[in-house]
Amino acid sequence: MSEENGVIYRISGPVVTAIGIAPRMYEVVRVGNEGLMGEVIELHGDQSVIQVYEETSGISPGEPVVRTGRTLSVQLGPGLLTQIYDGIQRPLPKLEETMGVFITRGVDADGLDLEKKWEFNPAIKAGDEISAGQIIGIVQETETIEHRVMVPPGKSGVVKSVESGSFNITETVCKLEDGTEIAMMQEWPVRHPRPFIQKYAPDVPLMTGQRILDFLFPLAKGGTAGIPGPFGSGKTVTQQQLAKWSDAQIVVYIGCGERGNEMTEVLDEFPHLIDPNTNTPLMNRTVMIANTSNMPVAAREASVYTGVTIAEYFRDMGYNVALMADSTSRWAEAMREISSRLEEMPGEEGYPAYLSSRLAEFYERAGRVQTLAGDDGSVSVIGAVSPPGGDISEPVSQGTLRIVKVFWGLDAGLARQRHFPAINWLNSYSLYPQALDKWYRDNIASDFPEVRTEISTLLQVEAELQEIVQLVGSDALPIDQQLTLEVARMIREYFLQQNAFHDVDTYSDLKLQYDMARAILSFQEEAKKAIAGGAQLEDVVNVPARTDLMRGRFEKGYNDKIGDLVSEMGKQISATMGAN
Amino acid sequence: MSGKEYRTITDVKGPLVFLNKTEPVSFGEIVQLRLSDGSMKNGQVLDTSDDQVIVQVFEGTASIDRQTGVKFLGDVFKLPVSKGLIGRILDGAGRPRDGGPEIVADEMADIIGAAINPYSRQSPKSFIQTGISAIDACTSLVRGQKLPIFSASGLPHNDIALQIARQAKLVDSDDDFVVVFCAMGITAEEYNFFVHDLERTGALENAALFVNLADDPAVERLITPRLALTAAEYLAFEHDYHVLVIYTDMTNYCESLRQIGAAREEVPGRRGYPGYMYTDLAMLYERAGLVKGKKGSITQFPILTMPGDDITHPIPDLSGYITEGQIVISRELHQKGIYPPINVLPSLSRLMNAGIGPGKTREDHKSVSDQLYAAYAQGRELRGLVAIVGEDALNERDLQMLKFSDIFEDQFLRQGRDEDRPIQEGTLDLAWDLLSNIDTKFLVRLEQKWIDKYHPTDKKEE
Repeated sequence: MSEENGVIYRISGPVVTAIGIAPRMYEVVRVGNEGLMGEVIELHGDQSVIQVYEETSGISPGEPVVRTGRTLSVQLGPGLLTQIYDGIQRPLPKLEETMGVFITRGVDADGLDLEKKWEFNPAIKAGDEISAGQIIGIVQETETIEHRVMVPPGKSGVVKSVESGSFNITETVCKLEDGTEIAMMQEWPVRHPRPFIQKYAPDVPLMTGQRILDFLFPLAKGGTAGIPGPFGSGKTVTQQQLAKWSDAQIVVYIGCGERGNEMTEVLDEFPHLIDPNTNTPLMNRTVMIANTSNMPVAAREASVYTGVTIAEYFRDMGYNVALMADSTSRWAEAMREISSRLEEMPGEEGYPAYLSSRLAEFYERAGRVQTLAGDDGSVSVIGAVSPPGGDISEPVSQGTLRIVKVFWGLDAGLARQRHFPAINWLNSYSLYPQALDKWYRDNIASDFPEVRTEISTLLQVEAELQEIVQLVGSDALPIDQQLTLEVARMIREYFLQQNAFHDVDTYSDLKLQYDMARAILSFQEEAKKAIAGGAQLEDVVNVPARTDLMRGRFEKGYNDKIGDLVSEMGKQISATMGAN
Repeated sequence: MSGKEYRTITDVKGPLVFLNKTEPVSFGEIVQLRLSDGSMKNGQVLDTSDDQVIVQVFEGTASIDRQTGVKFLGDVFKLPVSKGLIGRILDGAGRPRDGGPEIVADEMADIIGAAINPYSRQSPKSFIQTGISAIDACTSLVRGQKLPIFSASGLPHNDIALQIARQAKLVDSDDDFVVVFCAMGITAEEYNFFVHDLERTGALENAALFVNLADDPAVERLITPRLALTAAEYLAFEHDYHVLVIYTDMTNYCESLRQIGAAREEVPGRRGYPGYMYTDLAMLYERAGLVKGKKGSITQFPILTMPGDDITHPIPDLSGYITEGQIVISRELHQKGIYPPINVLPSLSRLMNAGIGPGKTREDHKSVSDQLYAAYAQGRELRGLVAIVGEDALNERDLQMLKFSDIFEDQFLRQGRDEDRPIQEGTLDLAWDLLSNIDTKFLVRLEQKWIDKYHPTDKKEE
C-alpha cells in the first residue's frame, strides 16, 4: 500500500521530508535503508516532515520511509531501575555491546530485557473484578523496590486466571474472562500524560538534606522547582545532590544535552552511595536517561518525555518519584533547532512560539495524585535552566518561572566566593511553606516556621546593613547592628554553606537543620545579653566554643553533640562579661 | 553514481553553491568542484532533496561559475590517519603544509566523529601537573578534561597554552603527552610563534599541527578542528597515546559558523549565531575523555578570545556550558604586569575534586584551595571599600584579607614563563606560607587537622 511506504524527498540535518506516505502526526517511522528511527512532526500537503533520532549523514533522497503505526512510546515494566537509557529508551549498555564505545546508528534495542525472568507474585485471584491501574502482582525488582504490576490503562474485566512464578515480561500473567491477556510489560506514548483520578494539593515536604533548600525554600512532594543559573554556579551539583539525598522512593535523572563525563560520574558514584533512608545503594531506586550534548538533537527533544513517562509509571504504583532534568534549556534548544529546520516563524530569541506551552505541559505532569488504583503517588519535577550569560530574562527561564512554585536562583557571585550551594537567599523563593507548615509543626518542632522566619529576616536585614557598610565600613555601625552582621555571617558560613563533597556535611536531616538554626539564634541571644552586660563584641564572637560548634558539623555524630556544644558556647559567652 | 559530473549550478551565495541535479545525493557527502581553469575545490552537501542540492565550498566560491563541474564522491569526509601524523604540519583541510609527503593512511577515519556512549566512558581522575600554581592549586586539570582558556585580544593566552603544553605531566605515570595543535584563523605571526616555540623545546617532534591561517578560507575552519580531533582520537584510542589538543581560536571558528548560517538564510539565535551552535560546539568539545578498555586519553585546551572581554557573549557562554570549567585570563592582572594573569575567581575546574587529594596531589589540597579562594575573594572585594573609606575603617580581619590578596597576586600567581612548580613543594607549600599571613582563627575553610599538620608557624612550634 503506497500510503505505508514512501521515499525520502529532502534531508537537512536531523529533519527529513518524505513523500508518498500518509502517516499520523507524531507517528514513528523508519527512515532510509538503515531504518533509522524518526517521528513525524509536520504534515504539509503530500509531504511528511520527520525528525530523525539518529545522525543522517550518508542518507540520500529516494531511500524508503516506512510507517510503523505507533507513536513514540516507552516500554514499562520490571527492569527499568538501575538502567541507563538514551533519549529514546535504548539501554546504553546494550548499545555498547552492539556498537562498541562510539554510538553509531541504525541499531534498535528494546528498552527492557524481554528474556529476563522475574518472580511474579499475584495480588489478585480468579473471579476478581479488576480495572485499569489496579495492582495485579508484585515483582521484587531491586533489593528495596517492589515493582507493582498494574492493569494497563484502558483494560478491565473479571479475572479468569492468574499465574504465579517465574515469567519474562511479555508472557501473559493474567487472563480476563473476555480473553484480554495482561503481561508484566506495558507501553505508553511518551507525549501523553498517564491517567490518574485527581490531583491533590502537596502538603508533605520533599526532604533533600540540603539545608538552604529544606529549611528556607522547601519543595513539596509532587511540586515543581526551577534552578536557573549561569555555568559554573553549581546547577549540576545541586541536581545530583537532590538525586542522591532526596527522600523520594524513585529517582529519574535526565541528563539532557549535558556533559558526557558528568553522566559517567553519576554512573560511577551512584552504585557506591548509600541511600540514608534505606541503607542500600542509591542505584537501586534510580533510572537514568543520558542524552549528552553531542548525541542526536531530536533524541534530546524526546528524552524529557521519556523520563517523565517513566516517572509517572512509578507514581501510578503509589510511589513518590523525583525527576531531575538537567538541563531544560538544552531541551528548549533542541526544539529551537528543529523548529528552525522546519523554517517555522520564530518567537523570542529564535525559540519556537510554542516554547512556553511545551514547558507548561511538561511541568504539569508533576503532581501528587490519587492513582487509578486509589493510592497516593507523586512526581516532583526539578528542572535546571541554563540561561545564556546567567541572565534570567531570557525565554526559557521566564517560561519556567511562570509555572514552577519553587525558584532556587543560583548566583555566579556566590559561586566565585566558593559559597556553595550558590543559591541566592535573597531572590530565591518557595510558595510551599504555608502548605507545609502544619507538617513541620507536627513532625519537627512546634516553632519551626517561626525559627525559619527569624533566620530569613536576619538575612534580609544583613543585606540592608551591607549597603551601609559598603559606604562607611562596619566599624561605624552601632554595636547591635555589628552583632547582627556577625549572626548573619554565622548563618551564611555555618548554615547555608554546605559541602557537597564532604562525607558528613553533604547531608543534614531536618531535625539537625532545625537544631543548627536554633544554635544560631541562641548565639544571638547570649551575645546580646553579654554585650548588654558590658562584654566586647570581639570577645563574644571569638569564644572558642563557637568555633567548635561551627567546625563540629564536619564530624560524625554531630546530631548528638550539638546540644552540649551550644550550652558550652553559652557559658563561654557569659564569661566574657567578666573579662573587662 | 561517482564519476558523473554535473554542470547544473543555479546560484552561488557566499560559501554556498546551489545546484539542480538528477540523481540522489546523500546528506554530508563530499563534493569536488572543477573550475573552468582546471583548478579543484572541495565541498560538502549541506542540504539535499530531489530537486536541489546545497553544497558548502571549503575554499570559498571565488571564480566558480555556472560552467563549474560538480562531482559527488559518494562518501563523507575522511582523514587519512596513521602514527605518521606525529611530527607533521598539515593545512586546514588535512594536506601536508610542511613540504613533506602525503600521509600514508593506515585507516580512513570519518571526521564527524561518533558520540562516545556515556556508559562507555571512564571517569577522568588523573591529575595533570602543569607547573602553573594558579591552575594546579585552584583549577586543577585532569586527564580527559576539556578546559578552555577564556581570553581576550592582547592577552598572553598563547604563552600560557604553550607553557602548559611544555610542562604538562602526569604525577602518577611516566607517560608523555602528544600534542595535537589546531589553528583556526590565526595570523601567520602567531603561527610562527607557536612553531618556533615548539621547535625550540623539541616538542614539534611530538606534535601534529593542523593549520588554517587568517587568510585561508573561512569555511575550511569548520573542518579543521574535526580533522585535529579525528587524528587525536586515532592516536589516543588506537595507539594508547595521551593526547593534549590545543585549539586556537574558537572565536574564529564560531564566526565561520555564523557566516554559513547567514548564507543559508537560517533563523539566527543570539547575536546572529546559529541556534545550533551549542550542539555544534558540543560535537567538538565532547570528543575529549577516556573510554573503557583503552589506555589513551584526550584532554582539550580550547582557546577563545571573548569579544569585548565579555564572558556572557554567546561564544564563551555556550562553551562554558559544555566544557568542564574554564581558565579566565584577566586584563587587569595583565596590566599589573603579572604573568600568568589568571583570574582564579571566575576560573573553575569541574573535575578538580576527582583529581586531587591523598595519593594524587595531597590530602590538604581541597581545603587549601577553598581557603585561597575565600581569602582572595574577600580581599579583592575590600579593595573597592578601601578606595572609598580608607584602610582605617577596616577591622583586623579585613585588613589581613586585604593584604593577603596583594601577596597572593604577587607571589602565588606570578611566576616565570619557564618556571615549573611541582604541586607539593612548589605550589601547596607556597600556599601555606602565604596563608600564614592571616591569623589562624580567620582561616575558617581549613580543617584543624590540616592546620596542625601543614601550617608553617604551627610546624615550627612542634
